[in-house]
Amino acid sequence: MIPRRDLPLLLLGGALVAARPAWADDDEDKRAARWKEVREAIFGDRAIGDGTSVVGLDAPPRAEDAALVPVALLVKDPARVSGVYLVIDGNPGPLAAHVHFGALADPRRLTLRVRVDQYTDMHAVAETRDGALLAVSHFIKAAGGCSTPMGSQLDASLADAGFMRLRLIGPVAPGQPVQALLMVRHPNFNGMQMDPVTRNYTPARFIQTVDIGFEGQPVLRLDSDISLASDPAIGFGFTPPKAGKLTVAVRDSSGAAWHEAFDVAPLS
Amino acid sequence: MSPLTRRAALFGACACCALATRRAVAASDFVEIAPGMVFRRGVDEQASVANADAIANTGFIVGAESVAVIDPGGSLADGQALRAAIAARTTRPVRFVVLSHVHPDHIFGAAAFTEGAPKIVGHARLPAALATRGEYYRRHLAELLGAEAAGPVVTPNLLVADTHTLDLGDRRLTLRAHRPAHTDTDLTLFDERTGTLIAADLLFIGRVPSFDGDLKGWLAELDALAAIRAARVVPGHGPVTTDWPAAAADLRRYLSLLLTETRAAIAAGVPIEQAATRVAASERGRWALFDDYNPRNVLTAYHQLEWE
Ligand SMILES: [Zn+2]
Repeated sequence: MIPRRDLPLLLLGGALVAARPAWADDDEDKRAARWKEVREAIFGDRAIGDGTSVVGLDAPPRAEDAALVPVALLVKDPARVSGVYLVIDGNPGPLAAHVHFGALADPRRLTLRVRVDQYTDMHAVAETRDGALLAVSHFIKAAGGCSTPMGSQLDASLADAGFMRLRLIGPVAPGQPVQALLMVRHPNFNGMQMDPVTRNYTPARFIQTVDIGFEGQPVLRLDSDISLASDPAIGFGFTPPKAGKLTVAVRDSSGAAWHEAFDVAPLS
Repeated sequence: MSPLTRRAALFGACACCALATRRAVAASDFVEIAPGMVFRRGVDEQASVANADAIANTGFIVGAESVAVIDPGGSLADGQALRAAIAARTTRPVRFVVLSHVHPDHIFGAAAFTEGAPKIVGHARLPAALATRGEYYRRHLAELLGAEAAGPVVTPNLLVADTHTLDLGDRRLTLRAHRPAHTDTDLTLFDERTGTLIAADLLFIGRVPSFDGDLKGWLAELDALAAIRAARVVPGHGPVTTDWPAAAADLRRYLSLLLTETRAAIAAGVPIEQAATRVAASERGRWALFDDYNPRNVLTAYHQLEWE
């Protein structure tokens, strides 16, 4: 008897989230081989140690929507860590994100929404200030997230590309860390979705860098690739030393760039 | 060979055994709900080899001269069962095959109705939706059922942008194209002779709704449909005939709760992944397949509403 979760589920929500497609790879040896290949492509021959005490990766065991998978990168030892990589081994373009933390970052929790193309291991790789790499992994059941046709929001994403919003979650006080959610309208085409009119694949056009600063001091820089979900939403923590402006610069693979500034003031 | 392909191959090689243990569709499943109007209820399950994706309601309407199919079924195999049910009741030709929207469980049976080249009727946006999703749906359905049982993508050749009337002889069916709601390709029908509204997936009964259209749009279209005076309604999922508009009460409650609780979660800064497990949780137990669709519905709603 095959467990029900292991049969493809024909979901009505517009996408077929196959829980076990033919290309699924839940063989541990194959996954280990894949990680070796991906790891060497991204990090060369650098050693990668066990990151359990330093970094965490919070993601669901099974994606509800493979084209919108919430992921949290957790830094447990912020003083030691300069940046963190998110690698989705089985995706085309496995390096989903590289975050470099600036002086005003609170690196403890960074959230992204990603596409996951098949059953795969994901890795969070922390880079320490002395140059060591430390990783943790998470196995996720998801399928088709990269080729899933885009939903009804596509028109809005195209029309308003580059439009940004910032939500501050919790009170703002000088010198106190606060969580924020930066939302960027952008279809983040990955080159694997079909255009309804031309029936050709829509050329890849995706956000490559997001630079966040506060009054001239760096908060973080995100380098991303085709694995971010459409309308990227980046949750991050930062510590504003005083009232001021959070500045965001976004650049996509077509060379388009957008700049925005958000007032961050303590609630009085 | 994966367990799946092994099982799919087994199905292909010995469809008779599979059908003998659990027939996807039996002739007795087709019920005449009003004169000349026959529907079959889909099972409240996910698509599987055993059910051949016969999980949505399908049916047909017989007029003096011809027959209209309203949703040909979830797979070629499902469509063939529908065709056999029609042949058992009438010799009049199928002139129209209506595809109520883009979802595969409603339309992959269309390939069973090539004989006589009926008009394939769909929303004006359906060809574009099928161009982006059709092959994707077909591939996944074929992985599950095998390519032959799944069938090819069939594209509509009679498009409805607003309203349109089909004439079956002495019987007129009025089609209405909706704004984005359950999907952005929703059609409903009204049979004037019997006063029957065929709501397709704008109405779910008993089985939790899914959507990839527009949550607020769906509630608005439900309001518009509620103004129609109908003797009965046929939903896309659930019992094939029931009272209108009373039958929409549960759906409206669920969608309204999805809207208000998702908005509240966004306003309170509840992260999307937490919202997915909390929003509309009070509806669990009221719907079949709740955990298969509700978290995903929340993700879709959250993504739509956070940009309000
Ligand atoms: Zn549907």
